[in-house]
Amino acid sequence: MIKMEQLAIILISSVLVNNVVLSQFLGICPFLGVSKKINTAAGMGMAVIFVMTISSAITACIYQFILEPNNLAYMNTIVFILVIAALVQFVEMVLKKTMKSLYNALGVYLPLITTNCAVLGIAIINVQKEYNILTAVINGFGTAVGFTISIVILAGLRERMENSDIPESFKGTPIVLITSGLMAIAFCGFAGLI
Amino acid sequence: MNKYVERLYNGVIKENPTFVLMLGMCPTLAVTSSAINGMGMGLTTTVVLAASNIVISFVRKIIPDKVRIPAFIVIVASLVTMVQQLLQAYVPSLYASLGIYIPLIVVNCIILGRAEAYASKNKVLLSACDGIGMGLGFTVGLTLIGIFRELLGNGSVFNLTIMPDSFEPITVFVLAPGAFFVLACLTAIQNKLKMPSATNVTQEEPLACGGNCGSCLGNACAANHGMIEAQKVAEKAAKAQALAKAKAENEKKNIEVTKERGND
Repeated sequence: MIKMEQLAIILISSVLVNNVVLSQFLGICPFLGVSKKINTAAGMGMAVIFVMTISSAITACIYQFILEPNNLAYMNTIVFILVIAALVQFVEMVLKKTMKSLYNALGVYLPLITTNCAVLGIAIINVQKEYNILTAVINGFGTAVGFTISIVILAGLRERMENSDIPESFKGTPIVLITSGLMAIAFCGFAGLI
Repeated sequence: MNKYVERLYNGVIKENPTFVLMLGMCPTLAVTSSAINGMGMGLTTTVVLAASNIVISFVRKIIPDKVRIPAFIVIVASLVTMVQQLLQAYVPSLYASLGIYIPLIVVNCIILGRAEAYASKNKVLLSACDGIGMGLGFTVGLTLIGIFRELLGNGSVFNLTIMPDSFEPITVFVLAPGAFFVLACLTAIQNKLKMPSATNVTQEEPLACGGNCGSCLGNACAANHGMIEAQKVAEKAAKAQALAKAKAENEKKNIEVTKERGND
């Protein structure tokens, strides 16, 4: 039972408390760039959940079974970035061949993820926190869910802001940044959760 | 101006990666909670950027065109790993405070962007100067933002308390939300003053990269840049043409008028 408790704590902390975008500043690029419409934001979020869960599992396996036994732990950055880049290509090809409907839903967002620093970031955080494979997968999944929640909320706010009266010089990027700052304050409130 | 000095000037002032190009937003937001952190991150990036530009410029004729991006990534990742180990050995305090953002220099789009846009086409020494210039520009940007945030949020600069005791630190500026607010104000001021910045080039594309991370890999910013330049040139040419046309018509009229007068 203690095991379950631990997993729940990891999940909650990665989704809400240490939100990947709003408190760790990973994946800012897609967060600001792909958040104009709720639909695209949700699609991007789903693709990130998909890729990040798989990549956490694979990088954790590689670290535990190949790098660590051979004293190659210092190579992790090089290995992880190559594995993630290859993985995203591979996932895209497999989806295209086997699951046409899922590919149609996520396809356009998959290439965007290669350059998302959150995916590499989570692989490295998993190593630094010495998670095993199960906890690494949970952490990766939770982080991606946190990303999806924040990007969808931001997209919703931006849709509402379209018609509102914004000071001339704050139009565009500045107001998006201020909105994310206010969201970050709101997410600070989760700090007392665990 | 000497072309090596011109490269440095270009990186620090004209195409400053933080203020003008708006690249590398993740570290810009994340590590600027104090001036010393911002400076450390900037200098680390400078070292990696200069070294990667030199190496890539050396091997630019050997790498086949089709695999150049993966090759660049491997080179940058190896350099980052080396720098990471050096920091861990000699500056452990900085290593601890920058934490995960050191390995993430690999995915910083400034580095791949410069590799693709400059180092893969130019000579070694010029590329080195370009890397140092861009890196110093990044350092200046991060340090300035860091000084600002530390001053407001902690009343100090480089860990030296300089604000009077009566000053109540606005703690939110050193926390996560403060990063967003500072950057928002910075871009708003740039918009207001119509300063050259990626955020006010076009209304449609809020980021230098257009937020389109898929086609990015660093080359998008270069391409965007080229596109904007081309557009400007085209606009200028169109204007000049229109002016010339108007002038010619005016002259024609004048001639006709004088002719008419002559007929009278």
